[in-house]
This record gives sequence, structure tokens and C-alpha cells, in this order.
Amino acid sequence: MELVICIGSSCHLKGSRQVVERLRQLIEEANLMDKVALSGTFCMGNCQKGISVTLDGKLFSLSPENVDGFFEDEVLARG
Amino acid sequence: MRKFDTKVQYLQYKVLREVARAAWQGTLAEGVLDIPRRIVPGKVPTMRCCVYKERAILTERVKLALGGDKNNPNVIEVIDIACDECPVGGYEVSPACRGCLAHRCEDVCRKDAIVFDIHQKAHIDKSKCVECGACANVCPYSAISNHKRPCENACKVKAISMDDNKAARIDNQACIACGACVYQCPFGAIMDKSFIADTIRILKESEGSSRYRVYAVVAPSISSQFRYAKLGQVISGIKALGFHTVVEAALGADMVAFAEAKELVEKGLLTSSCCPAFVDYVHKQFPQLTSYISHNLSPMAAIAQYIKEGEPEARVVFIGPCTAKKMEFQREEVAPHIDSVLTFEELQALFDSKEVDITTLEEDVLDNASYYGRIFARSGGLSDAIVQGIKEIGAEGFEARPVICDGIEECRKALLRLSKNALNGNFVEGMACLGGCINGAGCLTHGDKNKAEVDKYGLEAYEKTISEAVSLLQ
Repeated sequence: MELVICIGSSCHLKGSRQVVERLRQLIEEANLMDKVALSGTFCMGNCQKGISVTLDGKLFSLSPENVDGFFEDEVLARG
Repeated sequence: MRKFDTKVQYLQYKVLREVARAAWQGTLAEGVLDIPRRIVPGKVPTMRCCVYKERAILTERVKLALGGDKNNPNVIEVIDIACDECPVGGYEVSPACRGCLAHRCEDVCRKDAIVFDIHQKAHIDKSKCVECGACANVCPYSAISNHKRPCENACKVKAISMDDNKAARIDNQACIACGACVYQCPFGAIMDKSFIADTIRILKESEGSSRYRVYAVVAPSISSQFRYAKLGQVISGIKALGFHTVVEAALGADMVAFAEAKELVEKGLLTSSCCPAFVDYVHKQFPQLTSYISHNLSPMAAIAQYIKEGEPEARVVFIGPCTAKKMEFQREEVAPHIDSVLTFEELQALFDSKEVDITTLEEDVLDNASYYGRIFARSGGLSDAIVQGIKEIGAEGFEARPVICDGIEECRKALLRLSKNALNGNFVEGMACLGGCINGAGCLTHGDKNKAEVDKYGLEAYEKTISEAVSLLQ
């Protein structure tokens, strides 16, 4: 799975670092390091809604608070 | 309102703006010849002897705005017909000499070069004079002055001499493209080549980011520029030009600070690699020391490399204060990462060519880097970042002893010491421009407040440590 997180200015200020760190942690805990490729990009052009993340091309808007839910519902569900 | 330091800059700006307008409209081929007349209409000269000479020089400026002489590898070029052939006599005594009794000039001269005529007026024996300037400093009538050309005076690497027609000539073997002469020549006879038309082509061919996306990487010294607007408005303006987004070169600086701290601990002795003019200087004047140059890419190239790793079809344009970056991006190891380089001067021209008034725009945000990445823009900032980097990588037993070289003359002194194994330190921070990048030749304004502005901008960074800023990238 390809998980791309926006680390552009707008998302960065909304907390994309916290999201990256939490996702990294969750991936490790679920032992999915080989299955999930985590990477960053600058700006997905969807700055208003939240921290932009794409999972295999599908766009999500996250916040540091709902990362765990997203991981369970989307990443684990696909894993 | 927007502001230029000098009228030369303003003139150059007008040329760039006109060239950019034609480039956007796709009318360069047919419209380029009209540009001189548009800038100098009528018959009354305001700069030179006649409007025809003014227009002839403007034609040369247009050529430089379009990339200049393709056969000359240097990005700094002399417009020989614009060169005023300033006097080159060095220190000379003027008629203001009163023929006084004190003869301080004679006493202070260590070369016995001051002689007196029968009226007790001083003269300088040029066969003995070493142009040290001591006599000029002590004359109570300020009767001794230096008739050295401003370009030669500005060029601390002694790359400028005079050709057979007395016009300035640049020795490409010595020139480090720092642009000091560009900024100092009062006639605007030395200019940096522009890649503004290339940049517009890259933006136009992206077809509104549908074919590929164009990233602007901006240098942290942008915080001291465009003071007539808010930084957030400058970012909105850059996007309005067609850039997909704006990324801080300072994040590349964070990456470099980390990698360079590790490299310093490994090697024990290092010279910095972020100032391209300094790196070029080491290669040209101290080739025996090149092994000490950090193997890291510059912040500009490092962040561009990261962008292209994730998106190989992306284009990256660097926007900064630096003319030497225009040399750097053509180097083999940097060329794949950077597609074009603009100065802040050129960015202003680009805004106005598209009628983008940044003062009317909403404020966007710019935040990718840490405090330390941002203060790279000023002298001493890189050293602070290296010391911090060493702390953050946990190499606390290693003591970084930076030698901060503010300007190319200090760089030269440190490199001389290094070549004699007498350097009092283990890390040479080399910055060719006095004060650092905030005084680069491509800045719109050069002022004392620039350092304070950069430090303020640094403190506003969301991430406080280098590891926090780079943790996003791993």
C-alpha cells in the first residue's frame, strides 16, 4: 500500500508531523512495515479540509486526532 | 511600495519585466526589438549622451535577460558599451592638498612613496605605492582618494581587469559569480544572465500543472525582501504565477545541517558546501583543499532532489538572492534536480509582468523548516545549525569549533590558514557575501535590518529543532 502524506506548509501547520509520527508508530505496531510504503509530498491542492493523505491514490483529510481511526478503518481493513 | 536599492536595479527590472511580458504572451520573437524603445521613448536622454546609446545598451540588457552570450560559460557578463571606463589610477593626490607642514601622509607611508614638489604639495610615486590607502586615511583635507573602479573594488577575488578599450573584463578562471560587481557597478555595466524566459516556458508548458507540476523553492532570505507586502502574500503571488506550490529551501538546509554534522564528526575537519561562490573559490584558488569540502549537496539541491524522488516529472525553480546559484544549477551533480534559478529581482519582474499585485492577495502560509534551517541565510547561521546538529545526532563528545567567514576575504584568510594546518577550528563556514545570503547580489534591498528579519522569521518556525523538521522526510 502507498500512503502519501502532505507535508506542505498548510498541512505542516495543521500537524502533519504528528500524523506521520503516529502512522509510523501504528505501522510498526501492526508489523506492516513491508506492506505500507510511507512517503511525503508538498501540497495536494486540498489545503482547506485537513491534513491531506492519499492511500493508493484515494484522498483523505486527517487530523492528529483521527489518525488512529483512519488506520483501523482504511489501512488495517486493506491489510 | 516596492523598492530597489539603486536606479540601476530599477532599470534592469524594467527590462526583465518587458521581456517577461513578451514571454508570457509568446511574442518574444517579434516584440523583443521594441523593448528598448518602450523603455526609452522620445528624444531626450536621461542616462547617457543620447537616446540611441541608451537604446543600444538596452538591447544588450535584453540579450542578457534572454540568457546572454551562450558561448560564455559565466553567468556574469560585462556590457562593454555600458562600461563608463572609469579611472583606474588608484590612490591619487587631488588639488585639495594644501601643502601643509604636518606631512602625516609621508609619515604613515611605509613604502616612502610620498614625495613633495617645490610647493610642498604631495605626490604619490607610483613605482613605490602599494595602494594600501594609509595616506588617504590620515590626510586632514581628505585630499587623497582612491580612483579604483567600483567593480574592481567590489571584486575581492581580483577577477576584474581592463581590456584594450579600457572596458571591464572578467577573468572566468577567477570569477566566482558572487555578483558583487553587478551590485556595485554604478553604470549597470556588469549583469547576471537571466533564466526568466526559461522559467516562463517551464510554467507555460506545465499547462496549469496538468502536464507536470512546477515547484518554487525559496531561499530563507525572502523574509527580508518584498517588505511592502506580507510574506504570505508573496507566497500567494508565486502560486498565482502558476507554480504548484512553494517549499522552503530552509528545509533543505535542515537536511544539510544534519548530514554535515555527521560528516564533520566522521572527518574531523570540513568546509561548508552551501555557498556556491565559496565552493567555487576553493576549487579555483585552493585546489589542494577541495577534499575538505563537504560532500553534501547545497540546501537548494537537497530539497529539490527530495521533491523529484517522490515526483520525477516535477520541475523545480529556485528563487533566491544569489547569482552564483545560476552557475551551481548548471553543474553536473545539481542539474538533474534544479530546472531554473531566479533572483528576487527577477521574481518582482515576474509578478509585474503578470500584473500580480501581491499586496491585494490573501496571505498563504510558508512553513516547512526549523529555526536552524532558516537562519542559514545569515552569516553564522550555518555554524549555529551544525553545533545544534551535533547535539541532536547525539555526538556530544565531539566539539564543533566553527570558523565563521563573513565575506570572501575572511574565507580566503581561513583557507590560507587551513592550507598551512593553522586553522583555529574544525569547520569553515564560508559565505562569499558580507553578512551572508541576505546581502546577495540578487536581493531587492540590502539593509542592516535584513539580519533581524531573518532571525525573526527563524523564530516563527513551527519546528524548533532540526530533527523535528527532517523527521517528516525520512
